[in-house]
Amino acid sequence: MQLPDGLVAVVKRDCPTCVLVEPVLRGLGAAVWCQDDPGWFAGDDTSLELSWRLRVETVPTLLRVEGGAETARVVGWSRPQWEELSGVSGLGAGLPEHRPGCGSLSVDPDRVDALEARFGDGLASRRVELADREDEHEAAFARGWTDGLPVVPPTPERVLAMLRGTSRDPGEVVAVVPPDLVPCTVEKVAVNAVLAGCRPEHLPVVLAAVEAACADEFALHGLLATTYFSGPVVVVNGRITRRIGMNSGVNALGQGNRANATIGRALQLVVRNVGGGRPGEVDRATLGNPGKYTFCFAEREEGSPFAPLAADRGVPGDAVTVFAGAGVQPVVDQLSRDPGSLARTFAACLRSVAHPKLVLAFDALLVVSPEHGRVFRGAGWDRARLVAELEQLLTLPVGELVRGAGGMAEGMPAGSGADELPKFRPGGLLVAHAGGDAGLFSAVIGGWVSGTSGSAPVTREVRT
Amino acid sequence: MRTVLDPTGERAPASRQLRPRPDGLAGRTVGLLDISKARGDVVLDRLAELLEREGARVLRFRKPTFARPAPVDLRQEIAERCEVVIEALAD
Repeated sequence: MQLPDGLVAVVKRDCPTCVLVEPVLRGLGAAVWCQDDPGWFAGDDTSLELSWRLRVETVPTLLRVEGGAETARVVGWSRPQWEELSGVSGLGAGLPEHRPGCGSLSVDPDRVDALEARFGDGLASRRVELADREDEHEAAFARGWTDGLPVVPPTPERVLAMLRGTSRDPGEVVAVVPPDLVPCTVEKVAVNAVLAGCRPEHLPVVLAAVEAACADEFALHGLLATTYFSGPVVVVNGRITRRIGMNSGVNALGQGNRANATIGRALQLVVRNVGGGRPGEVDRATLGNPGKYTFCFAEREEGSPFAPLAADRGVPGDAVTVFAGAGVQPVVDQLSRDPGSLARTFAACLRSVAHPKLVLAFDALLVVSPEHGRVFRGAGWDRARLVAELEQLLTLPVGELVRGAGGMAEGMPAGSGADELPKFRPGGLLVAHAGGDAGLFSAVIGGWVSGTSGSAPVTREVRT
Repeated sequence: MRTVLDPTGERAPASRQLRPRPDGLAGRTVGLLDISKARGDVVLDRLAELLEREGARVLRFRKPTFARPAPVDLRQEIAERCEVVIEALAD
């Protein structure tokens, strides 16, 4: 709207300072809009549109307007400032010299997202109107936007609130998401983070996870399309994990923590909705695994025998690592008290990833619990030492691996020429530390087709 | 009326018409794409025999790995050289 030339003010009747300056405004003949009482002055701004457009933060706000444009502004009551702006002296006889104003309703935290959505959000996503009698949760199912569980309806207000979790431009392209190879903006990630149930402070981690999962070496298209079980597993490192309340302790790989649950889910919903990767279509998994709803946890860095996983992979601080994981296989060893014995247990269990006779085909992520970790910490074993030991233990005689050996047709083709083969390719075994204080258990998360012909783990910095 | 934002990639499905089905394969060039899955070649070898018996000209192609989409150059080559393509998703 075009502002009238001259003096323009925005007030709120609930504000004592506004009440105080009422006679001054009337005396000046200012054009006054009121935020909470349409009958107080001639101008009605109960919609708060004018206040929002003028970016009014405090009432009263007095403006000088020339040629429809604002040329000067004062907030609150200050006799000298009002006199200077209006060019009229002797204002407000009997009023105090200064009086601070009150907060504008247009910056009320409960209203600001709705105002932004209504008057100027600048969001680029297509609007979908729901009919009055349409249940908003059923509408999301009907449109194919969910993973089978209910989602939070992505209203413009919620998406704007979500975008406050990052300083990145909503229009910035985060990644090109397979299988449809759609450029995905920060805003689209935010829409799906709302669907997933994220808080705004989770968004930077979701953005990093999307970026990592869409890196070429992660091979997300193939990971999605495969008949195999796997899907992206997100491991988060750094202080951000504690700041946003992620779980790295009791039940770290399980349910019950909002950040863990919704960050992993948001990534999967981006793949589903933005990339177009849906089960039964491009996703051809024979059985799948429940981690394809969400699989995200924080590494337990405190008390860990290992440096943070991401730091060891070259990205210190806040970071995510994505791994093409296929589910959790328990490792029980309640008796080993020296690292050599425990490493042999780990090796025996790791050998069975995919099949005990298949090697060099699948990566693995070994999640060491605190009680197992204590054994390595006490002996001074870091990650490199443990991995080196496991690589040695998992160098396997070819005679045990070839097709037919052990009465099993499955196995490695004969004629490789080698006497021994390693279970994992170099760099194909990841080790992380997580879990509750009690329990002499660890976990093997088996991978998928690995390396350059398949998926390699990817680590990316979390940027706020 | 409530409004929500579309969470999808907003790609209205491209409504492209299928090309008319060829009357027969005699004299046509048929591409057989092996996606590098185990024993896919067994199926394709047999298909090649049958197609050639029908008078089709058979060209064979192979993806470097089943885990990744076919390289752009390979797709282009198939599109340029073939009139019909059969892809083996065997295991």
